[in-house]
Amino acid sequence: MAKLSRHTFRSNTLPAITTVGPVTLWLAFFVAVPLIYVLIMSFCSLDEGYNVVFKFTLANYQRLLDPNYIQIYGTSLFVAFITTALCIVVGYPFSFLIARTTSKHKALLYMLVIIPFWTNSLIRIYGWRTLLGTNGWINNLLIMMNLTDTPVEFLFNRGATILGMFYCLFPYMVLPLYTAIEKLDKNLLEASADLGAKSRSTFTRVIIPLTMSGIFSGSIMVFIPSLGYFFVSDILGGGNSDVIGNLIERQFQSGNNWPLGAALSIILILITLLLVKLYQKLGGDMDNLGV
Amino acid sequence: MSRRIKSSIKKIAGIVFCTLVYIFLFLPISVIVANSFNATTSKPYLTWKGFTFDWYVKLFDNSSLLASFGATIAIAVISTLLATAIGTIAAVGMYKYKFRGKSVIDGLLYIPVVIPEIVLGISLLTLFSNTHIPRGMISLVLAHTTFSTPYVIFNVRARLSGYDGSIEEASMDLGANRLTTFKNITLPVLAPGIGAGALLAFTLSIDDVIVSYFTNGQVKTFPLKVMESIKSGVAPDVNALSTLILVGTIVLVILTQSNLFKKNK
Repeated sequence: MAKLSRHTFRSNTLPAITTVGPVTLWLAFFVAVPLIYVLIMSFCSLDEGYNVVFKFTLANYQRLLDPNYIQIYGTSLFVAFITTALCIVVGYPFSFLIARTTSKHKALLYMLVIIPFWTNSLIRIYGWRTLLGTNGWINNLLIMMNLTDTPVEFLFNRGATILGMFYCLFPYMVLPLYTAIEKLDKNLLEASADLGAKSRSTFTRVIIPLTMSGIFSGSIMVFIPSLGYFFVSDILGGGNSDVIGNLIERQFQSGNNWPLGAALSIILILITLLLVKLYQKLGGDMDNLGV
Repeated sequence: MSRRIKSSIKKIAGIVFCTLVYIFLFLPISVIVANSFNATTSKPYLTWKGFTFDWYVKLFDNSSLLASFGATIAIAVISTLLATAIGTIAAVGMYKYKFRGKSVIDGLLYIPVVIPEIVLGISLLTLFSNTHIPRGMISLVLAHTTFSTPYVIFNVRARLSGYDGSIEEASMDLGANRLTTFKNITLPVLAPGIGAGALLAFTLSIDDVIVSYFTNGQVKTFPLKVMESIKSGVAPDVNALSTLILVGTIVLVILTQSNLFKKNK
């Protein structure tokens, strides 16, 4: 009898609270509250001592319209766009080849894309500087081979920033593409060929549409972070091709203007929201963004 | 015949293309590994002066570098444990129970994953400075747990999607209470997902630059130490430590995920 009643009155409230409660509190305190702080701060002013005071102002948002800033948003979006396009153009055929290979080393080929992740991204970016700097290894090699007298300036331009972003974010494009391509049904491809489709039209009409989800989630995971990776443009771009992240970083460090930095962050949040909404509208699944 | 030639040309082109991509991915890493054996002693440590193991020895005299490594590991271990505990029970709870506000929690979970890290970094900075949570080890652990927890939940959730809940019912019908059932039935089934989530949390933590940069206070983690040294040229002992970390991670992953390799074949 006791057993029966335990079954009948097994309430789910307590276990639901004990399991989901901690994460709810954690997300509320460390995700929701901080973002609300940022939103409030973006309307705050600075006093003479550069302290944040709760005096409502729209001045921070007005300053966002400064032509210098607008130019940096433009650069940042351009860098993000080119980086994403490059990742698709190189990443798609690459993912296709490793996902459809018949080689018995397939798992290893996949792991080789992830392994570079395990070295700190800063130091890998510095590796590029060691290679491409004016007294870097490639220039030394070129001079040794008498191909040039004066070192070539590879760095400190927009191209170098794009190279760094592409390098850091390429695996984020490959992983979802690989998953999408691996799921392709072989029978569908054969059916398409049997029905007389040339391999090119099988590709554009069957393969591409079926792997579009991978392209979309990869694009989101490349485009959005590239707007914020300030250390890449710092180390390789040398301040000549700042991204939105550099603007924010400066306000919270040397510039010491937190309200302006908060307003810039709100812009970045809005861009993110807009892109995620677009992604969902195109049929993207949020679960594909977690790698 | 010409068709066969054409297809083998295609195949070779594919291999060449993939090889080039791998070379691109590993080029800067080879530079780091190579430079850790560079005998140069003058800044910015770029010219090759011959082969030496010295930096691997000198590394152990550089107490601030070793301290940064210790801090990085400590933060990674504690935040991984926290994220794994919170994330695992949350994934199970969200899978099993229906309750109001579930979609809100779901939405909040995606924020740390999707939002640029810099926004998470500065928002935590404003939180810590407004609530007087001391910036240092504590704030770093809190910050790292925040961005790791969703990844643990996603990994455990993926494992749960093929989970047969009736074995829990069976366990409880046989008289086991909820806790025993969770420990003896649920956890073993979820173990691979928990392991994958924990491993991801750990690697995210030791690699993190941006969030740590804003929340560290006086504590320098290894990535922040690298950032500091970039201005004057990264010394080869930093390269030596990076090489050791890379080798260590590869060994760790092979040991923990060897079954993953087998499964993928």
